[in-house]
Amino acid sequence: MTGWIDSILQGIMLGALYALFAAGLSLVFGVMRMVNVAHGDMIVLSAFVALWLQRITGVTSPFLTLILLVPLMFLGGYLLQRTILNPALGEDILRPVLITFGLSVIIQNGLLQAFTADSQKLHGGRLEVASIPLPGGLAIGTLPLLTLAVSSALIGLLQWTLYRTRLGRALRATSDDLSTAGLMGVNTPHLFAVATGIAMVTVAVAGVFTGIRASFDAVSGPDWLIFAFEAVIIGGLGSLWGTLAGGVILGMAQTIGARFSPGWQLLSGHIVFLAILILWPQGLFPRRTE
Amino acid sequence: MNLLTVSHMNAFYGDFQALFQVDLHADAGEVIAIIGANGAGKSTFLNTIVGNIAGLKNSITFAGEEICGLRPWEIVSRGIALVPEGRRLFSSLTIEENLLMGTYAKSKNALSLAQIYDIFPQLKSKSKQSSLSLSGGEQQMVAIGRALISNPRLLMCDELSLGLAPVVIHGIYETLAAIRDRGVTLIIVEQNVVQALAFADRVYCFQEGRVSLTGRATELQSDQISRAYFGLEGAA
Repeated sequence: MTGWIDSILQGIMLGALYALFAAGLSLVFGVMRMVNVAHGDMIVLSAFVALWLQRITGVTSPFLTLILLVPLMFLGGYLLQRTILNPALGEDILRPVLITFGLSVIIQNGLLQAFTADSQKLHGGRLEVASIPLPGGLAIGTLPLLTLAVSSALIGLLQWTLYRTRLGRALRATSDDLSTAGLMGVNTPHLFAVATGIAMVTVAVAGVFTGIRASFDAVSGPDWLIFAFEAVIIGGLGSLWGTLAGGVILGMAQTIGARFSPGWQLLSGHIVFLAILILWPQGLFPRRTE
Repeated sequence: MNLLTVSHMNAFYGDFQALFQVDLHADAGEVIAIIGANGAGKSTFLNTIVGNIAGLKNSITFAGEEICGLRPWEIVSRGIALVPEGRRLFSSLTIEENLLMGTYAKSKNALSLAQIYDIFPQLKSKSKQSSLSLSGGEQQMVAIGRALISNPRLLMCDELSLGLAPVVIHGIYETLAAIRDRGVTLIIVEQNVVQALAFADRVYCFQEGRVSLTGRATELQSDQISRAYFGLEGAA
């Protein structure tokens, strides 16, 4: 019995990480109808950059690299959008898909070149094995708990930004009607770049937490992209809290599946995703339509 | 004082030329009406001024500054607001958020929400609702309020009365008169010629992308207008 409860708890915390993968993907799609196929590779990239920052600065905690990684990724996302992705946006949604697919190939090969094909891991030190005992012989790992807390806080912050700030209002207005938003004085190419920059901040945090949790190599990105897509679709497009719930459902499906057999971990996640796609094609928590 | 001067405006949709050498000017405080049949280029004209459509070989000066070639957000921040055809409210934003979007460009000169609710009292109780829950007339009020809150020097309205009941149109024109009395220069595109002539100081009639007639609203003859409107040669 404790084993099952443990699986569910682990699933919730793993799911929070998937939700973080998905939040950036969902934000970019929501604002500019752009599917970023390189999203997973960007998470891997930020894990590698964190590794590199650790080496050159000599800091032991990967969390400290976030101080540099977050502004770097924001800036990288901003420039990428302004120079390469903005010109590709338009009526044809296939063009950005093809371009980000190309980016995905470039990032994977660039990482192979720079860091070889070896598996890497970020080392979280004592935090990785620390746990908080619960009654009934259960224990919650401190790292998964921290992941859950940070993911929820970041998603909450995004939600607050979207619904309570001038920037968020402009992002939603632009999502509704691009040319009318321009008439309101919104510099839309700049706004798109800011949105991608924000998405890259979630990517930076996701990269560090994922890199501590599991090993990664230059071609891990596409697997992580699948989890991000599944979390978004289970939760329903256009709702960040739905995305968090979608991530948690996916995470639980995987950890519960893994209890039957390790081989079932990924498969049971995909099966739950497919079942939800068939039964509720709009996702479990679609955006309210009034 | 001359506020807006458009000279030799040409506009294209791909290879199709929609405007030919259009000249138009508006003095500060004036009310200009643009009339003409469907497809005459009226909306194209307004959209070219705000930079939504790229014009070619033309010049648009606003308050003494060349604005041709600027992007829409640069143009509107100079004090031009457009109420677009079909209202184009942001459907996932509340009424209040729609109005606040109008302050995005130049928030320091902007009017307050309270000032907009003074002009359109019936919007106040619905400020937290989605724009989709409003009647056509109320949606038009939000669209006007959203343009007006930026405190523009030039307000351009595209087909305000389209699809609205006469009593609602009457109310909207009363509001426009109040806006004019604040000293705002107005350019209105209007299908209803009688309405346009009654409200405007000067009228431009567009026909197939050209200005076919222009003059003071009080001095134009109805046979002149019908010729300019429909392009019937020699018709009485």
